[in-house]
Amino acid sequence: MVQYSRARLDASFAALSDATRRGVLEQLGRSDASITDLAEKFHMTLTGMKKHVGVLEQSGLVTTEKLGRVRTCKLGPRRLEEETAWLERYRQLWDARFDELDKVVEELKQKEKVDGRKKRE
Amino acid sequence: MDARRESEVSPMKNRTTVERKSERELIVTRTFNAPARLVFEAWTTPELFKQWWVPKSMGMFLRSCEMDVRVGGRYRLAFGHDASNAAEFFGRYVEVTPHSRLAWTNEEGGDAGPVTTVTFEERGGKTLLVLHELYPSKEALDAAGTGAADAMSESFEQLDELLAAQSASVGRS
Repeated sequence: MVQYSRARLDASFAALSDATRRGVLEQLGRSDASITDLAEKFHMTLTGMKKHVGVLEQSGLVTTEKLGRVRTCKLGPRRLEEETAWLERYRQLWDARFDELDKVVEELKQKEKVDGRKKRE
Repeated sequence: MDARRESEVSPMKNRTTVERKSERELIVTRTFNAPARLVFEAWTTPELFKQWWVPKSMGMFLRSCEMDVRVGGRYRLAFGHDASNAAEFFGRYVEVTPHSRLAWTNEEGGDAGPVTTVTFEERGGKTLLVLHELYPSKEALDAAGTGAADAMSESFEQLDELLAAQSASVGRS
């Protein structure tokens, strides 16, 4: 189970490592689009855009459907939440840690003030 | 990351950000309202380090903490109440520049462990802390992320249970 989700994360991070592919996801978040539309929008050849969409499709972030001669792309059932979820949990760990560090540092600061006053007296 | 927007939401607390900078790197940042030497002191003095490294929400107990903070010096953190639930984290310091920079290896996981570098940058009496973790491979980072995520969600569940139990005993407030 863990292995499975790890492989999916790998595919997602690979898919997201490219600026054009992130742009395509953003675009598809607004509306579905054909590969031709996307190629035009991102000033790319049809072949180039097909490759990007292929990577996104493999990661499950995008699905495509061919109707007649047109292949329409839309966001896949999986969203970005899964990818950001572990980063967010990691952030929460450090945030909790640093909240505690804040307290320790604040105590040191107060102690310095008191010691400073004592020295002046 | 819009720091301004965040500070409107919560004016007192500084924000912790995490960013996956590349396939092998994670960056954590946070500002502390104190000079760098104090933040550095809290990071390099075992008695102080013990007070914050394991937040209560982690549900873990730091049994001992040894730190020989100098280049080549070793550290060892032992978790758990006894041998049955023990976990150890250890490595050595590879860079020590008082008040500004600290780097260490994480060797408990063998070769898969990252090198962690922390920089303390003082600006107008405040300290910007940047923690950088460089993993030997993308796979190592993904595995660490999944592990940390699992551990954290577990401890947050424990926390949820605890809070639920407390609020139940207090009654409706």
